This record gives sequence, C-alpha cells and structure tokens, in this order.
Amino acid sequence: MEFLDVLPLMIMQWVRTQLDMIMPVWGAEAIVAVIKIILLLAVGIAPVIAFTWAERKTLARAQDRFGPNVAGPYGLVVAFADAIKILTKEDVTPAAADSIVFRLAPGLILVPALLVLAVVPFGRGMVAADLNVGILYAVAMGSVTVLGVLSASWSSRNKYSLVSAFRSLAQLVSYEVPMAFALLAVVLASGSLSTVRIVEAQVVPFAISMPLAALIYFLSSLAEANRSPFDMLESESEIVAGLNLEYSGMRFAMFYIAEYLHIFLVAALTTTLFLGGYKGPLLPGWVWFFGKSLLVVFVVLWIRTTWPRIRLDYLLDFAWKFLVPLGMANLVLVAIAYRLASNPYLAAGLSLVGNLVILLLAGGILVLVARRSQSRRLRAVVLGEA
Amino acid sequence: MEDSQTVAALQDEHIDTESISINFGPHHPSTHGVFRMVVRLDGETVVDVEPKIGYLHRGIEKLAEERTYLQIIPLVDRLDYVCPMTNEQAFCLAVEKLGAIEVPERAEYIRVIMAELTRIMSHVLAVGFLWNELGATFTPMIYAYRQREYLQDLFELASGARMFHNYMRPGGVVADLPDGWVARARKQLAEFERFLDQFETLMTENEIFLARTIDVGVLPPELAINCGISGPVLRATGVAYDLRRADPYSIYERFKFEIPTRSHGDTFDRYCQYFAEMRQSLSIIHQALNRLPVGPVFNEKAKRLRLPAGEAYGHIESPKGDLGFYIVSDGKPQPYRFHIRSTCLLNLTALRQMVIGQKLQDLVIIFGSLNVTMADIDR
Amino acid sequence: MSHDSTLADLQAAFPDQVVEHPQGLDFTVVVLPDRLRELFLHLRDKAKLNYLSNLTVVDRPERFEVVYHLYSTIEPGPVFVVKVYLPDRESAHVPSAVPVWQSAYYQEREAFDMFGVVFDGHPGLTRLLLWEGFPGHPLRKDFVNRTYSFDEMGQTLPPEDQR
Repeated sequence: MEFLDVLPLMIMQWVRTQLDMIMPVWGAEAIVAVIKIILLLAVGIAPVIAFTWAERKTLARAQDRFGPNVAGPYGLVVAFADAIKILTKEDVTPAAADSIVFRLAPGLILVPALLVLAVVPFGRGMVAADLNVGILYAVAMGSVTVLGVLSASWSSRNKYSLVSAFRSLAQLVSYEVPMAFALLAVVLASGSLSTVRIVEAQVVPFAISMPLAALIYFLSSLAEANRSPFDMLESESEIVAGLNLEYSGMRFAMFYIAEYLHIFLVAALTTTLFLGGYKGPLLPGWVWFFGKSLLVVFVVLWIRTTWPRIRLDYLLDFAWKFLVPLGMANLVLVAIAYRLASNPYLAAGLSLVGNLVILLLAGGILVLVARRSQSRRLRAVVLGEA
Repeated sequence: MEDSQTVAALQDEHIDTESISINFGPHHPSTHGVFRMVVRLDGETVVDVEPKIGYLHRGIEKLAEERTYLQIIPLVDRLDYVCPMTNEQAFCLAVEKLGAIEVPERAEYIRVIMAELTRIMSHVLAVGFLWNELGATFTPMIYAYRQREYLQDLFELASGARMFHNYMRPGGVVADLPDGWVARARKQLAEFERFLDQFETLMTENEIFLARTIDVGVLPPELAINCGISGPVLRATGVAYDLRRADPYSIYERFKFEIPTRSHGDTFDRYCQYFAEMRQSLSIIHQALNRLPVGPVFNEKAKRLRLPAGEAYGHIESPKGDLGFYIVSDGKPQPYRFHIRSTCLLNLTALRQMVIGQKLQDLVIIFGSLNVTMADIDR
Repeated sequence: MSHDSTLADLQAAFPDQVVEHPQGLDFTVVVLPDRLRELFLHLRDKAKLNYLSNLTVVDRPERFEVVYHLYSTIEPGPVFVVKVYLPDRESAHVPSAVPVWQSAYYQEREAFDMFGVVFDGHPGLTRLLLWEGFPGHPLRKDFVNRTYSFDEMGQTLPPEDQR
C-alpha cells in the first residue's frame, strides 16, 4: 500500500529526471508544470461530470424513483450526454446585453474555482502548488466569484438576473465572515496557512476537536457555492434560474461546471481542513482523500434533496447573528485550548469539550429566545400546542 | 434597460425611483398555469402587484351556448383540471335543479365518493406544490403525487379516464362501479391515511418551513368574505362556511363530518387546513362506502334531456371553494346562457392585499397556498 | 332573516326601487339601478347578505339583465338573487358593486369584457380575459361565433406606455 501511495509521485519524479537529461532546467520545469495543470484539470473536471449523474441519481432515489437508468448501465452515459447536449446548443447573446462583460462573466466565475484546485492536497505530496498562504489564497479566489456573479447578472440586462444578483451578493458577502472565523480556528490549531501543513497537523481530525468550526465552515461554503438551502441565485421556482437566465450553450455549461466544481471544492476543502485530508490507515492517501470528499459531496446533494429554501432575511440573520458569534467563541476557545496543552491529543480533547459546552450554551440561549419570541404562534406550533 | 429610459418610465408613474417592475411572466415554474403578475419591487419588498389573466381563456361560456347539455360535460371537465369530478357534479346539480330530475340513491352515493376523492386529490396537490415553491426540489411533491396517482387509478377503473372523466350525467352517473372497486378503494384509502400521517410528521415541523409560512400572507376573515373568497382559504381564516352544511346539496346531510377551521389565516394555517379537510373527506368516503346501496345508477327519464325555460343556479363546495353554474334555458337543447362562477378567480381578489409589504419569495408562497388553477380563472 | 322578510324590509326602505318578484327556482328580486349602491348596502348590513357569490350578465333580446347572487355567511341559507334590467344595449350603465363587496372587482371587469356593460364607479374597469383592442364583446348574442382572421382581431398588444 505504501507503494501505491507514492506511485504518482514516483512517476512524476521519473518524468522529471528524464526531462532533465534532455533539456535545460527551465524547459523541464515548464513541461512538468504543464503536465501538472492538465492532470489537475482532469482530476478537477472529471468529478464534475460525474456529479451531474450523481446528483440526478441521488435526488431520484430520495424521491423513491429510479433516475437515469436508460442511457448506459445505471444511466452513467447521462453525464456525457448532458455535456454534449449543452455544448451543441446555440450560443445566444441578447442584443441588449453588454457583450464584453457578458462573455467574460462565466470565465470570472469558473476560473477562480479552477485556481483553488492548485492548493488542494490530493494525496501525500500530491499538491500542485504548496503555497505558504494556501488557505488565504483559497478564500481570496472565492471572493472573486462575487465579482463574476455581479458582472454576469448586470450584463444580462434582465430584471430577473438583477434581482437574483442583489440577493446572492448579500448572501455571498455575508457568509465569508463566518467562514473566515472557522478557518482562523483551524489555522490557529495547526499553526500554518498551508493546506499541506494543516493536514499534517491533524493527528485528530479537526472535525472531532472543533465540530463547531467544521459545521460553520461547511454551511458557509455551501452558501458561497450557492447551493441549497442557500440557492437564492438560481432558485428555480421563484426567479427562474436568475443568473443563468440569458446564458445558453457553452457559456451555460461554464456556469454549470463552475457550480459543480464549487461543490467539489467545498468537499475537498472540508476534507482537507477538517476530516484529515489524505490521512488514513491501510489505503493510499489519495483513495482516502477522494473517499472523504465524495462522502461530503453526497451530504451536499442530500441536503439539496431534503431542505426547503430559506428566505433572504433569515439567511442573513443566520449568518450575522448566529454563525459569527459562534465562530468567534470557537476561535477563542481553540486558541486557549491549543495554547494550554502542548500534547495535540490533549488539546483536541480540551477543544472538543469546550465546543460541546458552547453548543449547549447556544442551544440554551436559543430556547430562551424562542420562549420569549414575539411570535406566539411560532412558539405554540413548535411546542405542539397549535 | 438604459438608465434614462428607466428613470423616465418611473417618473411617469409617481413612485419611488428605487422600485423596479418585474413581470412574473406567463412562463414561470411556480405560477399554477399561465399567469402573469406585474410586480413592483422595492429591493426585495413587494410594493404593488397586479395580476393579469386571460392567457388560458378558451371561451367555454360561449362554446356552451352551441352545445347540448350532454356535450357540455367534457367542457366542464376541463374547467379546473385538478378536480374534474366536482366540476361535473356542480354542473349536473344545476341541470337537475332546472329540470327537476331525480337522481337514484346509488348514483348519489357514488357521486359523493367521487367528489370526496377529488377533494383529497386536489388538496394533496396543493400541499405538494407548496413545498415545491418553498424550494424543496420536488421531493415532497413526488411523495404527494405518488399517492395522487394511486387514487387516479381508482378513477380510471370507474370512468375509463385518469383525468377528464366525463363520468357524471344529469340524472346519475354514466356507468356503475366495476367489481372489486370498493375493496380496492378501501385498501388505497388505508394506505393514503398512513401517508398523511407520515407526511405530516415529517414535514410540518420543519423549522425552515415554519419560519417561512407563519404570519406570511395573513388574510382577515371580514376581508375574505367581502372578497368572495371561499373554500379552504376562507375556512383557514376562521369562518366556518362550508356549502355542504350551509346550503346542502346531494346527500351530504346524511354524513357525519366536521368543518375544520383555523384561526389565523396565514399560509401555515392554509397548509394545515388542507390536511384537516383531507382527513374529513376520508371519513366521509368511508361512511359512503359502508352504506353504498344497490340499484340503478342512472335515471332513464333523463336520457332525452329537455330542460324547461327558466334559470337555475347550482353550486357546490368544490375543493377550491364555491363553484357554481348559472344556467338560463329557453327550452332548447342548448342553454341560452351558461355562466361559470369561478372559484379561483374570486380567490385571487385579495391577493394584492395579502402580498403588499411582503418579500418577493413570500409572494410565491402566498400565491401557491391559494391553490388556484388558471383554467378555472380564465375558463 | 328569511328571504321573504328581507324582501319586505327592502320594499319598506326603498319603496319604488323593487320592480318585481318573479317566481322561480331561486328567490329573485328585480330592482331599478338608480339607488343600487344604497340598496346593496342595506342588503349587506341589515339583511346580513355579506357574501356576493356571483355577478353576471344575461343578454336577452330586449334588455341586459345584470344578475347578483347573494349569500349570508352569518345566517347561512339559500340564494338571494337580485336582478337589474338594462333596456339600453348601446350604453348600458349600472352602478358598480365594488364599494360594497370587493368580490365584484373581477366579475364586473369580466362582464364588461364579455358584454360591454359599464359599471360606474369601478376602480379600474378594463378588459379582463381578452386583450385591449379586441373588437366587440363576445358573449353578446350578436357576436358571431366563427373563425376570425388575424387582421380582424385588432392589435394584440396594448400601446407601449400601457404594458
């Protein structure tokens, strides 16, 4: 198993040494970089194609029906059929749209997502660019998405897109704050902003030692990815796919890919930061990594199947009034725990206990607030009296 | 949307320069049919809403003036297509009132069973679609729809069609129930009752749902009565007005059932009202199935339908509310004037007052909870 | 209150407005359109007929009949029909019932759309089911039910500023 774990690295090493022999250093570096990029794109986009199939199957099975099962065995060909269908559609640009921005906007959403793939450690030593500031880079790329959303909807010259953009901008910007708090806790506990070092620092996965941070991070990235229950951007039943309204053909495909790529990134980053990344007994690192990521992806799809959408003002309330204070409390707690205890297991245990205490307190406060809530009816219904 | 154009258009209409006007266009996934609303938004808050209807107008009232009463029944089926049997029942009631036609006992019982089954089907659709508009990506809707399909199997066995049944006639029903229908109905209804319990337990206590439907779209009872609203929407505001008790028709006086009401009149109350009424309907169907007499199902004297000159207004408690037919006859085989008192059109009257001040997302929910069908509005 | 006592009350309050009380399947009262709104207010408040269920027009050879079907939710019972005869087909005007019962809002618009009966005092009497610019009123008996060509049907869109 050790062998399989380091096999990709060994192959890359071998390629590098071969190239070094036949060309100058800068040439070898350049070619290795290009190979890494192609591999990265393959590893990043392949799951995306699979997720179109996985989403439809998961939704279908939750709804007690079959889902795609005609095109290929278990409907697997559907993923490719979907891709081909979208690519062969006519690319319509509305006459009133601002054509330059209209054409650039899907790129502005897709490219940052692709760029984040560079700091994700797929296995031991298998990270495209081990930046010192990996996490900061990932968050920054997430913020560029906001710009893409705004330009896409504004340039569409369509009121539906505009309404959807207003809502989702508020959402995107608000949810970066709790995400930052959760990430800060992780950075504090592991002592570095680099994704590889964070994985290495997890003797106990951070999801166990700081479940609050894990939850906050997971929910905030769902919001950043515009996924249910935070899918204001594309809430089909209200504003008819808001942002994507005027896009068709390849550009729509780019939005589509960007969305699923975001889901994969949510899963990949959650795995890296909280579930221990590629660590695990017996199996090679990259198998663990993909296994954990796919589990998180399944949870994301599962959430889409079951939860209704939250109204915008509740959404923002949830971020600012609930997640941010919890995130701050968690940060302080983790700082204290990891400062007091030098043994990582002890620190993890302290932090876990502290998290549970915070959760109980928060739960208690919520119940108190609900008891005193203005809406007597809400109280009555929840307590079973109505 | 050039800036100067927008400013000019808005200045023209004496409103804030911040509002934008959106077309909730005829093509929209969550309007129940082709329906347009011109919504004026101030950010996310709805400032004004103006429904524009008529996209599904087929001229049924004019068409009916050239058809015999028997030929009108398929037209009437297609009025509110989620509950076709009750449309037929209302029409037959009006015709039988005008022509003083008697309906045999067994036919009356069968009509009641079909009408209550239709009520269940319509309410379960309302509930399912409300969840769809909340954003729960089809899952609850499919659960609800599956049960509805099983009930439509019953209709198909009895009348031959899943949807536009063409089953009732003035004077009875067209054919008797096939063998084994009653047993199958009992089995299906037991399963449906289990489904109702499961669905309520699973969905009604969801926090997101409660937060989004409580105190949203409150309808005061006096406004409701004044606007001519009827049916579950009216009873959810607290007015216990049900035509099966207030102006009894058919044999409803023989059944024991309650008129459930709720007190607040918001979307959550309307949602719970649908469930309460479904349970009452189940009870009525069981009583009717137990007491189903033998006998003919059609009054042979009504075969050659010649109505005397005169007029009659027959109305029933359809799943959506008060559905009435006003038939004016001058002795010919075709009606002189055929007017449909449309339930959903009047249920829409208070939409503006319910929605102003709420958010855009609430508009969709409120409209969904009214459970209107455009075919009934536009006729 | 039974309908007979309602009628007696009405005749006492508005002595010259009640024209006839034809016998038929439903309890019908024919009134003049002059003081219709006060009459309706009396019916709604004194006779507790607070629910206007149906409002429509019938096109008889010699007149338009505007028919109102009234119910009471406070004292439930059979229907109380009020009719107004409008002999003038070219300009048929009748006071609007919207200030009394808001349920008349859409129904009067539809009656205007289909018959051309103008309801004075309606807050926005425009066509409901058909488009602005539709030539004629379809449910009149002199509207021929045949296939019309596109050019006969008038413009399909209202002018720019009214959309």
